[in-house]
Amino acid sequence: MADFDVVELPDTEHLSEGERAPDFTRPLVKAECWEDRSLSELAERNPVLLVFFPMDGTGMAKYTWIGIRDREWGASDLTVVGLSISTPYEHMAFIHRHRLPFGLFSDPGNGVADTFGIVHEHGGMTGVAGPRPSFFLLESDLTVEYAWVAQLWPPETDLDAVEAAIDSKA
Amino acid sequence: MTAANEALTPLAGHRFASPMSRDVETSAELVLYRHVGCPYCERVVRVANDLDVPIHSRFVVPEHSQRDVIKRISGSRTVPLLVDESRGITMSESANIVEYLDRTYGGS
Repeated sequence: MADFDVVELPDTEHLSEGERAPDFTRPLVKAECWEDRSLSELAERNPVLLVFFPMDGTGMAKYTWIGIRDREWGASDLTVVGLSISTPYEHMAFIHRHRLPFGLFSDPGNGVADTFGIVHEHGGMTGVAGPRPSFFLLESDLTVEYAWVAQLWPPETDLDAVEAAIDSKA
Repeated sequence: MTAANEALTPLAGHRFASPMSRDVETSAELVLYRHVGCPYCERVVRVANDLDVPIHSRFVVPEHSQRDVIKRISGSRTVPLLVDESRGITMSESANIVEYLDRTYGGS
């Protein structure tokens, strides 16, 4: 028997395939600066993969984004963006540390996760909640083509499975 | 290169550098580069608001060494920096910017 715990997360009424994602505007952080951008603006050009991830200092954030970078997601006709509750300053440092060619939305109030139905309460940190680790593939009108939302904590994230699912939609 | 220096190195030359910038173009005509808590930037924002001139803000970090984006545009690393695409204007120094906004968008 394993001597560590993986917790099953409660059921959520999260956004799912075929539904329209709620648009939002948040600061989008890049390597050199940040500015308000909306999800719908990004989706106008290419399909968008929106990746919700835990705070930038966590190992989950690090390995998720190193994995995405090394798989070269977003090298062709797909815009890959992330979102966590970390501030723009933390995002910028994270982008440099891991040499990420991606933009990261900053949402310290966690309001976007609320509209997507994926709020995750952090235990032991009063007043701090983040998004449940999730992947949403969105068409230009923000229709959800593919959704994966963690059911476990720590999350059972499988980038190869997400990649296969995205490829099958292309 | 030490790890500390490497962390500060911009992504120039990175093989994915171009998709990054491609994703962040904006259609806004007036872009103001600023940083949080810069009083000269606040002055420009206040005047623009008073004149009902919509401004799109881009934020940089306080460290001048990490402001290459501004250096590339204006030749210096200071904020505020206003870029008025429609009139081909790039301008630093809040006093100049405020005067320009008032002259150009101030009406009669």
